[in-house]
Amino acid sequence: MPDAKPFVLQCPLPVGNTGFVQLAHGGGGKLMHDLLEQMVLPLLGNPILESRHDGAVLAINGTRLAFTTDSYVVQPLFFPGGDIGTLAVNGTINDLAMCGARPLYLSAALILEEGLPLDTLSRVLASMRDAAKATGVQFVTGDTKVVDKGSGDQIFVNTAGIGVIEHQLTIAPSGARPGDAILLSGDVGRHGIAIMAVRQGLEFETTIESDCAPVVQPVLALLDAGFEVHCLRDLTRGGLATALIEIAETARLSIAIDESLIPVMEDVQGACEILGFDPLYLANEGRFVVFLPASRAADALKMLRAHSVSSGAVQIGNVGENAAARVTLRSRIGTLRVLEMLTGEQLPRIC
Amino acid sequence: MCLAVPGQIVTIEGEGVLRLGRVSFGGIVKEVNLAYVPEARIGDYVVVHVGFAISVMDEHEATQVFEYLKQIDELSELEGGNR
Amino acid sequence: MKFIHEYRDRAPAEEYAKAIARITTRPWMIMEVCGGQTHAIVRFGIDELLPTRITLLHGPGCPVCVTPIELIDKATQIASRPEVTFCSFGDMLRVPGSERDLFAVKASGGDVRTVYSPMDALKLALDNPARQVVFFAVGFETTAPANAMAVYQAKEAGITNFSVLVSHVLVPPALEALLSSPDNRVQAFLAAGHVCTVMGYEEYVPIAANYRVPIVVTGFEPLDILQGVYMCVRQLEEGRAEVENQYTRSVRREGNRPARQLISQVFRIVPRKWRGVGEITESGLGLAPEYADFDAELRFNLTAYTAEEDSECISGLVLRGVMKPYECSAFGNRCTPEHPLGATMVSNEGACAAYYHYRRHEIQAHAAGIASKGASRA
Repeated sequence: MPDAKPFVLQCPLPVGNTGFVQLAHGGGGKLMHDLLEQMVLPLLGNPILESRHDGAVLAINGTRLAFTTDSYVVQPLFFPGGDIGTLAVNGTINDLAMCGARPLYLSAALILEEGLPLDTLSRVLASMRDAAKATGVQFVTGDTKVVDKGSGDQIFVNTAGIGVIEHQLTIAPSGARPGDAILLSGDVGRHGIAIMAVRQGLEFETTIESDCAPVVQPVLALLDAGFEVHCLRDLTRGGLATALIEIAETARLSIAIDESLIPVMEDVQGACEILGFDPLYLANEGRFVVFLPASRAADALKMLRAHSVSSGAVQIGNVGENAAARVTLRSRIGTLRVLEMLTGEQLPRIC
Repeated sequence: MCLAVPGQIVTIEGEGVLRLGRVSFGGIVKEVNLAYVPEARIGDYVVVHVGFAISVMDEHEATQVFEYLKQIDELSELEGGNR
Repeated sequence: MKFIHEYRDRAPAEEYAKAIARITTRPWMIMEVCGGQTHAIVRFGIDELLPTRITLLHGPGCPVCVTPIELIDKATQIASRPEVTFCSFGDMLRVPGSERDLFAVKASGGDVRTVYSPMDALKLALDNPARQVVFFAVGFETTAPANAMAVYQAKEAGITNFSVLVSHVLVPPALEALLSSPDNRVQAFLAAGHVCTVMGYEEYVPIAANYRVPIVVTGFEPLDILQGVYMCVRQLEEGRAEVENQYTRSVRREGNRPARQLISQVFRIVPRKWRGVGEITESGLGLAPEYADFDAELRFNLTAYTAEEDSECISGLVLRGVMKPYECSAFGNRCTPEHPLGATMVSNEGACAAYYHYRRHEIQAHAAGIASKGASRA
């Protein structure tokens, strides 16, 4: 799945269909969604691709493997809590984890812009090494290309990953069932604000760090303990809301969540209030949701909370009984609203 | 035109039009121009719009929303509720 | 967060809702002026808590929505110049002009930047003496003190590469224009709490008296809006037409004196054209003669012309509260946030975008009804 800049402040919402790619097409919202549905899937589609999950589950000679790819084009390259290197590793292995796979091997393809300082490249590679080491995966193949100055944005990284599936479950949006509990692994909005805050004009005096982290451990713990996990999704650009909307639409199920149950750290909340952002739509890089039978929710939470990356895990809602394919949020004051896909990036507002 | 957020003043420096403060919004701190609130002190809450404090939060008045509610509820109980 | 989340509490919200229901005996139409209030109403579903006899109309409270199309065109012209760094608040970037918006200018190589504060634009000018930095000074009275300060400090410091494109609008003249319009349906107003934080609320007293409308200065959190509605309904039921202040924790009768003083020094009152509404005399702020050097319209050679609004866009009727967004034939099909026909669909606060974002599912049935009937428009 292509991973564009996690938070492009100046992402244009196009006026009309111009017939050209717009930045919004990479934004994770409705335009990207439409591009996939209307162009990519019709041309490249097959049942595996159309399961629309974070990775592909492939059965080869009796072994189930998960296979995924992502490209990383984040600017700035270095931000509080991580850099493009850590993202490139964690993002891809997290996608493998979302298929219920144990990540094993990664490839790395680098597209370098002429003039990139070698020192910068070295830093990024060191981050990639450290992130891979932390999760026991190895880079086994790769490629390097250099493009003319001006044709790239310093460095683009693509990583592809392979993992092995050691259970019999089908973990995908199609696995979600009416009545399932929806667990969220921790507070939201951190990465989006961290990226925003290092952009010009929006600096804060205090630092919010990205939540970029691997989520493999708690996921494998759940699977190894035999929990009947129906669906997993890591939250990236577009945030919690977009992830849930995508699952609801793919699974053709209704989802109901409660705003007062969704954790947002106070400093992230403060940044959102100042800029006029909704934390439910902000990017995350170390958070995921779990769909599983409601009767197992309490035990699953206990297990998740034993791991530091998911120590703040909570249940935020349930899958509903009807096939309405939408996400309903109960607001703090008790009223209901339907969550819609964002059409473009959120922009700081004065109104 | 109306997105203004309350934050607490942590530090103040400068004077007049250059009076600046570091203001904490739930822990995130931003530099804010305090020229329009010369009476504000460290620890006060100010309402901030596009980097400028436009008023000092009156903490006494801040509870009036709840007191007013209490009054109208009491009133309606006295009146036996009017339907 | 203190002074925010306590006003988003469910129990008092429900209590206020019950209290409003208790005192409502007749249908009433109340308009909230400010886009930020519209946003809160739609985001928290506040109108769901109100009795059906109370209708909330969404007024012209978003400077994005009311900025005339000509000014967007001037902005895109200036921003296209190679020597210009054009700075703007985020929500202005998607507002459509006659041909394109500021995002399109950026996409074709223009140096267009989003800033949080006008002072960020001024700093850019200081740090980049070779660039002409232009700031799009949009807003109601709330933003005027910030914009005034940027211009004032630029002059004091002798900065020559900074200018502002001014599109300031004032609320009281807009209310009067609304109230004197023959198709006006508004019976009471929730006045904009942050506008009044700056300006005070004395200007509203003659409006309340002359037009016999209650005006309650209201904040932006759910409890503020509910209390403001309660106070309006109470006045309406009792036949009163006064100015009251709900937002006492921030608003004083005289407003913010130093802010008003600098505004009157740097700006003067001018006629302004409001998108979808037309020209309202004395409804805007322009730079005072002593600051004319900082006027981007004068500094750059701009062609003057009048622009046509898209004929299908009923922003004007929505802004005046005459129609609801979903009563527009283009709503949700030809006009969506990805493909906006008018400014009310672009701005997060625009009534149309607010409805689209939060309410599309609920009103699809209504839209289907409109499509088969055909919409009639004034």
